[in-house]
Amino acid sequence: MWIYEKRLQYPVRVDTTNPTLAAMIIEQFGGADGELSAGIRYLTQRWTMPTNQTKALLTDIGTEELAHWEIIGTLVWKLVKDAPVDEIKGTPFEAHYVNHGKSPFPHSAAGEAWTAAYIQSKGDPIADLHEDMAAEQKARATYEWLINISDDPGVKDTLRFLREREIVHFQRFGEALMILQDELNSKKFF
Amino acid sequence: MEVNLMDREQKILLKEIMEVGFVLVETNLYLDIQPNDERALRLHNSYSQKYKELESLYQAKYGPLRYTEMSSYPWAYINGPWPWEINFDIP
Repeated sequence: MWIYEKRLQYPVRVDTTNPTLAAMIIEQFGGADGELSAGIRYLTQRWTMPTNQTKALLTDIGTEELAHWEIIGTLVWKLVKDAPVDEIKGTPFEAHYVNHGKSPFPHSAAGEAWTAAYIQSKGDPIADLHEDMAAEQKARATYEWLINISDDPGVKDTLRFLREREIVHFQRFGEALMILQDELNSKKFF
Repeated sequence: MEVNLMDREQKILLKEIMEVGFVLVETNLYLDIQPNDERALRLHNSYSQKYKELESLYQAKYGPLRYTEMSSYPWAYINGPWPWEINFDIP
């Protein structure tokens, strides 16, 4: 089960009101390589992991992704909460606003609703861990594009933190994959 | 809308919990893969101890961070600001 901890993982600071930037950061809330995809992917893959190390790692990284999803929702909220409608009109956030008001919603920056088709769980630990490593690199790349288009120093600071977490997760998944492959290769009964 | 403000002292304590909590995120993921690394485990245990102390201090003053904790009357878990409403700047 899960217990909510009533705090963010990282102190999110947003210095400006910027609906356009909010609409772009939504990519990591409900886009293909976003935090929701990451969390659901890892937590779903746990049942068919063969070792305690990989079961633990997917549980804990999956849980951290949900904390990152909360951070992204907070960035979006803080960027739009004080925006008058006049400042929303004519921005890419306008299409979001007419359906969801100022609430974050899990869709991509281009407005496609989140779908389980973004993730996979193959019931094969080698395939799944490779997917997970690729997912971390794709998320890392998305954060780099988002950092490039952000001009809010607070937002940039939080995006840099999240980018680094992708690198750490990639590293941990890589170590888990190596250990698992060694174990599978050492089994003589195949 | 309710006005939910956090004073300087509460922010400092919460940010300390967040810092120590982040160390635990890192030691946790590492130990999941390297459960026999005794040095890393010692680091984890010492920060776990520190985390529990900071949490008790915070929760006694400002209410539960998790629903499993005790609260003074009335139920203080609902008190704002909620995590996404906090201005973390310390004046």
